[in-house]
Amino acid sequence: MNVMEVNFENFDTEVLASDKPVIADFYADWCGPCRMMRPALDQIAAERSDVKVVAVNVDDEEELAEKYGISSIPCVIAFKGGQETDRSVGLVPKDRILALVGG
Amino acid sequence: MYDMIIIGAGPAGMTAAIYARRAEKSVLVLEARSYGGQIVSTPDIENYPAAPHISGFDLAVKMYEQATALGAEFKFERAVSIKDGETKTVITSGGSYEAHAVIVAVGSENRRLGIEGEEELIGRGISYCATCDGAFFRKKDVAVVGGGNTALEDALYLADLANTVYLIHRREGFRADESTVARLRERENVKFVLNSRVTKLIAEGSLKAVEVTDNDGSKTLLEVKGLFAAIGRIPENKDFGDVIDLDEGGYIRAGENCHTNAAGIFAAGDNRTKELRQLVTAAADGAVAATEAIKYIAELKQ
Repeated sequence: MNVMEVNFENFDTEVLASDKPVIADFYADWCGPCRMMRPALDQIAAERSDVKVVAVNVDDEEELAEKYGISSIPCVIAFKGGQETDRSVGLVPKDRILALVGG
Repeated sequence: MYDMIIIGAGPAGMTAAIYARRAEKSVLVLEARSYGGQIVSTPDIENYPAAPHISGFDLAVKMYEQATALGAEFKFERAVSIKDGETKTVITSGGSYEAHAVIVAVGSENRRLGIEGEEELIGRGISYCATCDGAFFRKKDVAVVGGGNTALEDALYLADLANTVYLIHRREGFRADESTVARLRERENVKFVLNSRVTKLIAEGSLKAVEVTDNDGSKTLLEVKGLFAAIGRIPENKDFGDVIDLDEGGYIRAGENCHTNAAGIFAAGDNRTKELRQLVTAAADGAVAATEAIKYIAELKQ
């Protein structure tokens, strides 16, 4: 699977109602650390069928950024059963991203 | 066994790798986070020769591609200590590696305020980069801590976005350029909170307010959603202080030839004692340190 871009309209169905744990990457195109971290998210999406990886462009999706209290990016939030279970802010390696959903 | 281990894949470390590989030395670059270092957060670099406008990300990718194309090996592991000797051993989060010479190019990180709850609030109101995170505080009240150029430039940048910007500084006077101070004084939405320091963070999931105490001990509550700390940077050398000399600020004592007190261990970039910490001087250090390391290895093998 690839990283799926999500927006305000499909966030509830794709993320909150997902039967798999979700890693949601809040990013922007101008954010260097976000671009630096993207390959790790691409790898997780390709390698792990038990985890769903989505991306939220905070410039396009201000309501979602506001709703989840994003004040620094990259910000990766883990969701399970519609609830936020963990989050990480700043450029982190792949294993730290995976640790958010239990490794 | 490598000829050279370079700790840190910022501009200094990657330049060192390029020089070492062009001299056909085997090179391992160890990096705790991701290559590029501090420049990755800079959207537009305008002072690197021949690249009038380039993003830090793009420059980092070009350096990385150049170093790997030349045959430098990168491992993304945190170096936790160096064992000195004729053969140097670098212990990392993932293993241990040996080399004839080591270049320490770990750079620096943002100095923390040192207030309870600070770490947990990073990304929830606490920030060390106004240009990175300022956009999330449009029309909100924010505070900047510091008195140098970075702090005042951050306050100017935020004044265009935020509602009110409080500039909190522990003294009356600023270290920043007078012209920057004057420009900031013209802004109606900037309030100066001088002779004061932040003493408490008030949060409920995210930052809600900060308590400020002035030099007379009286306390004020500022209701801000964002607190931008710009109180300098600290070198990330502390894990290596047992084998190489550091100064009071934690910088590796090394001159322009990048030699440390330990033979075969060199320092390059922002973590070295130096006058000017810039991308171009970091790259220059990388070239010098690699060349000195190559000379050292040649002497060793004689």
